[in-house]
Order: sequence, then structure tokens, then C-alpha cells
Amino acid sequence: MNGDGTREVKLGALARVEGEAALHLCVREGEVTEARLKIYEPPRFFEAFLRGRAHTEPPDLTSRVCGICPVAYQLSACRAVEDACQVVVDGQLAALRRLLYCGEWIESQTLHIHLLHAPDFFGVDNVIELARTQRAEVERGLRLKQAGNRIVELLGGRSIHPINVRVGGFHRVPTRDELRPLAERLRWERDAAADLVRWVAGFDFPEAGCDHELLALAEPGTYAIECGTPTAMTAPSAAGLPADTDRALPTRAFDIHDFSDHVVERQVPYSTALHSVLDGRRHLTGSLARYAISGRWLSPVALEAARDAGLGDPRQGTVCRNPFRSIIVRAVEVLYAIDEALRIIEAYEPPSPPAVEVPPRAATGHGATEAPRGLLYHRYTLDARGTVTDASLVPPTAQNQGAIEEDLRRTVRGRLRDGEPTDAELTALCERVIRNHDPCISCSAHFLDLRVR
Amino acid sequence: MSTDGGRRPKLAVWKFASCDGCQLTLLDCEDELLGIAEEVEISYFLEASSAAGPVPYDLSLVDGSITTRQDAERVQHIRSVSRRLVTIGACATAGGVQALRNYADVAEFRAVVYAKPEYIATLATSTPISAHVPVDLELRGCPIDRGQLVEVITAFLAGRKPDVPDHSVCFQCKQRGTPCVIVAHGTPCLGPVTHAGCGALCPAYGRGCYGCFGPSNSINFPAFIPLLRRDGMDTLDVVRAFRTFNTAAPEFDAVSREEARR
Repeated sequence: MNGDGTREVKLGALARVEGEAALHLCVREGEVTEARLKIYEPPRFFEAFLRGRAHTEPPDLTSRVCGICPVAYQLSACRAVEDACQVVVDGQLAALRRLLYCGEWIESQTLHIHLLHAPDFFGVDNVIELARTQRAEVERGLRLKQAGNRIVELLGGRSIHPINVRVGGFHRVPTRDELRPLAERLRWERDAAADLVRWVAGFDFPEAGCDHELLALAEPGTYAIECGTPTAMTAPSAAGLPADTDRALPTRAFDIHDFSDHVVERQVPYSTALHSVLDGRRHLTGSLARYAISGRWLSPVALEAARDAGLGDPRQGTVCRNPFRSIIVRAVEVLYAIDEALRIIEAYEPPSPPAVEVPPRAATGHGATEAPRGLLYHRYTLDARGTVTDASLVPPTAQNQGAIEEDLRRTVRGRLRDGEPTDAELTALCERVIRNHDPCISCSAHFLDLRVR
Repeated sequence: MSTDGGRRPKLAVWKFASCDGCQLTLLDCEDELLGIAEEVEISYFLEASSAAGPVPYDLSLVDGSITTRQDAERVQHIRSVSRRLVTIGACATAGGVQALRNYADVAEFRAVVYAKPEYIATLATSTPISAHVPVDLELRGCPIDRGQLVEVITAFLAGRKPDVPDHSVCFQCKQRGTPCVIVAHGTPCLGPVTHAGCGALCPAYGRGCYGCFGPSNSINFPAFIPLLRRDGMDTLDVVRAFRTFNTAAPEFDAVSREEARR
């Protein structure tokens, strides 16, 4: 407690998040005066060194932004470069990209569920401790995670920084026979994922809501992953509803080419990541947003699991705004990704050639995909030889910072009404609030604008 | 290895500027993770655990390169509390892709970086861990290979030298039975000058190796560069090929600077 009655909580280094961040919270007379997610991950200047590279290089280079979601970077990069070059990758090549992405979703979401998030619900520090009481569930989780990695390894060569993705498609595509053993395993894992949804649905969840606009890609007819149109759902307060309402609210869509007119980044002094706002308002991307925007297009098995897990029926206009329950939505997405992977494998016919030609063109291209943590946008400007002259990457965690800080304010305010918490209690609570959104700090910190204005 | 009182050796995992992928490799050992945790005490691993055990640590795995003054100090501390220190991956071993800043026009770069100096503190270079403290072993790769990581931990526990060969990717293509993409298809491939460890993945997928494990122990650039040119690369292509994830590795740095002067 400071002399002026202000209480400060500083949390040095956040655990069980990917990358380096700290928290700074100030409380005065029962009100939160400051809640800052302080990202001190050193910047790596990707947008600067992408300039001068060939138009074929962004997939391999930007993959290195994030070891957790390299496929997201590779495929957002491909989409943006192909958009600039007016090339459309469709048919079985597009299906293979979606299959690869399903693998990353399974891997990344099960990683977050079991290794980063679930320990919070059991009051333990890590997955090793969790395995002492939940051994079978942890082992099932690791097997699911491995199944996701197996998809990425088969299509991509390896699970971290896959080597087989290129602008226009792949270097090599698998045969039907190569995919068969994978499908056999995935049929087992689909049942395991349904059990996973039931397991996490049984956790104790605090009452909570979030008063943010929800932003995700939409691709009518399917649960958008590797393509779609940016679509935003109104925040509850704008509709005169409480933050924890489970009602779907009106949405509006905008063209991906207008992305930077809508999602605007600004620098804040305490963070090496840029904060973004959507049409001037706070927004959230990721599982809760996807479920709100695309939930109705989940496959029957995933819809049924979601309903049984208490998430309601998204086809009837039910959404989930409790960030603590995002773990259930992630589990449903794991189940969906396995189901979808099986559907793609069953319909697979090897495309030939493995990639379409992407001749360079002087233009600016835009691309967005749904990284496990949320919408990831890339933009490249090319000259006539294909040299990148300008690059912009907008990762989900940078977009989510404002929403995470608001969740911190809301949760701490609520907790203070129930009496004075200890520092340890407050710290643990804040860490949970942050982990709810699976922030990927390594991603978010590398997008400082190097241009002098 | 012998440990005092038969206690489990303590493992620590540290992060500097990186994508987190190499430390994630430890969590990607799905079959081995719970077993490793029985053999070693994971004392410090912020990405995986809220708990931190007391110093010193028997084995420290270090992910990432040094790009800030604070990190340059932090790595000194880590060395002082670690019996063995192993760097994992291209960032920690060679400075990583972020070492591309090392080639930026210094005047422009400085003006750019210090436009808001009160906001961002960063060094003008990205350097490997070995530029700051003594390192016991450097594991290559962007990312490291899961099998090699398990080998390093196993060898450490057994008190033996890890079996991590430093010959070129070509050996692994032969082991795998992959036809040479240079000979068979005229595809430019960095395999002949690149350190083995990945299992020769790229040629197996029909593309040339792009050097993500850095230089091998047997490099002959005067013979190799003409091969790249024969197979269609111009000077800019050659410079770009060496300026990626191991750009600051001395051999790759020297050849890219030499080519850039042409």
C-alpha cells in the first residue's frame, strides 16, 4: 500500500503464457485505476527486414514469428502474396491447407487447454503436478496434441516451422495411402476429443462476461479457419445488455482489403506490442469470437458436444461471453478440427501439380486466417519483380490487449466488492484472467513500426 | 550423472528473443514429457510452470538471442547459476533471423529505433549466447530437432557426450535414401554446406535445403557457390539464401557479405 492509499500489484513475469509479459495493476479506494499488460518481449523487427525479400519468402520468414502457430503465419502470408499476384488457390490444394491448419489447431488448442490453462482450475502450478491427480486426462491430452502434430508433420515435414508450404500451394502433396494411417488414428482421437469436452465442461467456472466487440473471419457454410471475411459482433453494452449475456448480437462485415481502415494500431509506452482498436472500439479475437461468428457452422458432432457442455445452441443465437469458459470452446474446436480433418481426408484426391504458379505483380495484397489465438492479418506491397517493399503483420494477441486489460479491470473490481484480497490471491486471479485469452506474446511483440513519420 | 544425495538433477529453461519454438519442442515430446519429468526436476520453465525452484540448476537450456542490455545482464546471471548451459536453436546459437538487423543501415536504423527511445530499448545487433558467456553445447536448428533434444537430455543424465553429428545434410539424404535434388533436378540446395540434424527434410519434400541448421563442419564455398549459380540463382538470390535464420553464423555471414560485394 502506498502513502496515498493506492495499492499496486506488480507481477514480474507471467508464467504459462507464450513469451514475456508482466502485469501492472493499481487499485485506489476499491477502484482499479490502472491495469496494464506490460509486454517486454524484445522486438525482432520482422516488418523491417521483410522489405527487400522475394515474394516467395514471407511464408518461411514469418513462420519464425511464432513457434506455436507457424502454420497460421505461413498461410496468412501465402494468402496475402497470392492476393497481390491475383492468384487463387482452390480445390484440393485449398483443402490440404485447411487440413494442415486443423493439425495446428488441434496441437495448439490442446497445448493451451492442458499445459497452460487447466492447471488454473485445479490450483496447481503446471501440467506435471496436474498429472498427479489427472493422469489419464493429461495423457489423453498429450495424445491429442500429438495427433495434431502428426497432421502437421505429415503435410508440413515437421510440426514447428513446417517446410512444405509455399506460395501457390505445397512443394509435395501426400498420396491417399499416406493419409490413411492418419485417418485411422483420428477416428480414435475424435472420441477422445468428445471426452475432453466433457472433462473441461465439468470444471468450476466463475461467473463472468466480456463487453468487447467480437472479431472473426466468416465463411458461410463452414467454420472459418484458413479464409473468410472479417466480421464483427456488437458489444453487449452497445445493445443495452449486460456483459455476460449469451445472446448473439448484430454483426457487420468488411472487406479484407479495408482491414487497416477498420483495425487501427497504436503504440503505448509500456509495451513492445502495438495495441489495436476496431472502428475505435475495443475488440476480442480468438475462440470466443469464432464461436460467436461461425458457431452455427460447426459439424453435428461438435454442435452436440457444445450443447451437452452447456454452451447452448449457436444455431439458436447463443454465444459464450465468459472468458473462463473459453477452455470449453477450445475443446469443441479441437473436436471440430479432428472431425473436419477426417472429412477432408475422406474426400482427398491428390492435386497435380502440387502448387500453382504465382508470377510477381506490382500490387498490395491482403490475407487473413484464424490462428488458434485469433485473426491474423498480413499485408505485403510488391514491386514488379516481386520484391517486398512494405509489410504489415497484425497478430491476434496485439488486438486482444485492450480486451485483456478490460477483463482485468472488470474482474478485479468484482473481487474487491467481496472484501480485500491478499496480493497472492489478486495475482493468481489476474494471471487466470490473462491466460483465458491464451496470449501469444512472442507474436505480438514483433510488429513495431520502424518507419519514421 | 552423479548428483548430490541422489536427488533428481534440476533443469531450467530460459527464453530470450525468439519465437518460443525451441522451448516448445520440449513440450512437443508428448511421449517423453512425463517420463523426463520423473528423471529431472523441471525447476524453472516459465512457459510451462508458475513455480520456480531454488538455484543452482544442473542443466540450463537457453532459447533465444541477446538483443537488449537487460538480457545481456540476465544471461550472465543464468550462467552463474547453471552447472551446464546448452543453447537450443538458431537464435541462441547464431543470433536467429532477428540478426538480419545487423545488416541494416546503421544511421537509418538508429534514427528509426530511437524515434521514441523512451518506449523501446533494443540493441543494434542480435548476438548468440556464446558471444556473452561460455556455452557447454550448442544445439542447432530453426527449430531444433526433437530427437536431438531428447538425446542431449538423456546424455546429460547418463554423464556422456551427446551424439550430435556435425556433418552436412547430404549424409542424412543418403541415409534416408532421398535422390539428390541438385543432381537429379538441378534444384538449388544448401544441403552440402548445412549442418545435419533435421533428417534432411526439405529434399525429401522435393525442395532444396534452406540452411536452417546453419553451417556444417565441411564447407567449400568456392566449389559450392558456382553450383547455385549454375542452377539459376543470381547474386541477390545467393545473398538472400544465406541471410535467413543463421545469417550471423560466421561462415554464412562471411559468404553473404562477400557475395553482396559482387
